[in-house]
Amino acid sequence: MHTIVCVKQVPDPEIPPAKFKIDPESKKVIPPPGVPPVISVYDERALEAACRLKDKHKGKITVISLGSEKATDVVRHAISMGADDGYVLSDGAFENLDSFATAYVLGKAIEKIGGYDLILCGRQAADWGAGQVGSILAEILGLPVVSLACDVQAEDKKLRVKRILKDGFEVVEAPMPALITVSSEIGLPRLPAGMGLMLARRKQIPIWKAKDIGVDPLELDKSKAHTEITEIFIPKRETQCERITGATPSEAAANLALKIVKLI
Amino acid sequence: MDQQKGVMVLGEISDGKLATITTELLGIGKKLANELGEDLSALLMGGKARGLAQEAIAYGAEKVYIAEDSLFDDYNSDAYTQFVANLCQKVSPSILLIGHTDIGCDLAPRLNGRLRGGLAMDAMELSIDPSTKLLVSTRPIFGGNAYAKVVSRTVRPQMATVRTKVFPPAERDESRQGQIIPIEEKIDPSAIKVNVIERLKEEVEGVKLEDAEVVVSGGHGIGSAQNFEMLWELARLLGGTVGATRRACDEGWVPATRQVGQSGKVVSPKLYIAVALSGAMSHIVGCLGSKWIVAINKDPEANIFNIAHFGIVADYKEILPPLIAKFKELLSAK
Repeated sequence: MHTIVCVKQVPDPEIPPAKFKIDPESKKVIPPPGVPPVISVYDERALEAACRLKDKHKGKITVISLGSEKATDVVRHAISMGADDGYVLSDGAFENLDSFATAYVLGKAIEKIGGYDLILCGRQAADWGAGQVGSILAEILGLPVVSLACDVQAEDKKLRVKRILKDGFEVVEAPMPALITVSSEIGLPRLPAGMGLMLARRKQIPIWKAKDIGVDPLELDKSKAHTEITEIFIPKRETQCERITGATPSEAAANLALKIVKLI
Repeated sequence: MDQQKGVMVLGEISDGKLATITTELLGIGKKLANELGEDLSALLMGGKARGLAQEAIAYGAEKVYIAEDSLFDDYNSDAYTQFVANLCQKVSPSILLIGHTDIGCDLAPRLNGRLRGGLAMDAMELSIDPSTKLLVSTRPIFGGNAYAKVVSRTVRPQMATVRTKVFPPAERDESRQGQIIPIEEKIDPSAIKVNVIERLKEEVEGVKLEDAEVVVSGGHGIGSAQNFEMLWELARLLGGTVGATRRACDEGWVPATRQVGQSGKVVSPKLYIAVALSGAMSHIVGCLGSKWIVAINKDPEANIFNIAHFGIVADYKEILPPLIAKFKELLSAK
């Protein structure tokens, strides 16, 4: 079974919100200095889903990441978790891509790789979080698509996928090949182990440029035209937090209860 | 692109009635349509559609398209995508509004992929730019640390998904008149690739998170499923329910349906008690609508203290038991 997983490298979302900075002029987010970027959380879960399928059915996992050349770090992380091969898609032409353009480029790389049974993506990116690339990619590739998976099983050329709903779950069946977007409810990802880490360090990770995957500059331009960001801003949030204290924790708790009872 | 006109609302039916989100989308939809000088329409799907079309008109739709095939009674991704995409191609709305619901979160990106328009998911603000007449959608980015305004200049339809309670419901006026237009399109069965095998609704203990007046939420600092019991006790005492951060859900300490945050539920209770959670923005965006936020955390630098109204810096294990005891005392005296 051959699974392709799309992973994105993003600025670390766990930084304290006070350190989060933007440049309204260029409409860009300024990552805090010295904090390395990480794999987008939902993509890591998609990778985990792929690894579980590989545990059960053997086969191969190929990882692709569209980003800067630094994205080789997340591809290596994927290999350390259990992926077999990885490619970084990096080109000057791939700056400021929106969901359509991103899906178009990923689609080109996937066509080049070929021979897959399943494509897994995170439900949304931890940075811009538009939540559309997976579905648009499925449309481009003409694949059945299932969103928000919390469990993926493969049996006799069919996929059995559990999806999260607001108040419960549903189970769907899809043929292969298909594309599935994965949600965090799939569970915690495995930690890279010794063998994986060694393989990851040694692995050659090719960097594919636009021409390597047959990206048509006109198509790419057309794809970029779907949504435009006109402004980004950080909303002002000014709340004064009244600290409730006491001689002992019990006293503080009692004071808090007295405060709250007046509010509700 | 000149032919694209009007605002369409993708309606949903819940428990035999027009879903609240649909009445809200009709409200904001009417406002947008008025600013464009164009019509507001709605689409209702399933066997109950005809019976509820007049309701949609009462809430402001000038036209209601109905797809009465019982195939649409339950959501099927492929069937809905095909039908709605074809309808949009026939009717050519300029703007399509969809709820940020189970259906909308799945359908909207697929529709976008098929129609090749522009989509803003989880919009908290919608307006028409007075000079360009474009739909401007404001949506959270970077886990809610910032917001972005997006437009689609050249492609149509302009789409947005919106959560419930972001906008108020439209005014209901029974005297309103409108057109009911049945759409008789048969779905090509070969287009249905994915089938629903079963649906399991979770038994909700007590009041639903989104409706609760009091929410007691726990984060990674809680430490175990067992420790969540204290939060349940406090919640029940105050007539509320329990929420959790993604990390606490990841650990399996509470069901995933308890998750409050950007990829979980958005709640707006009178009182939100945040216990042992640091206050990452992706969680905070889920509770900012709360009237009062109380934080209990042993880290004085935790971000939660930047948005809470009241806070105690202490180990929650030392605070919750006396807090519960004091509430019992005060509430029995009332």
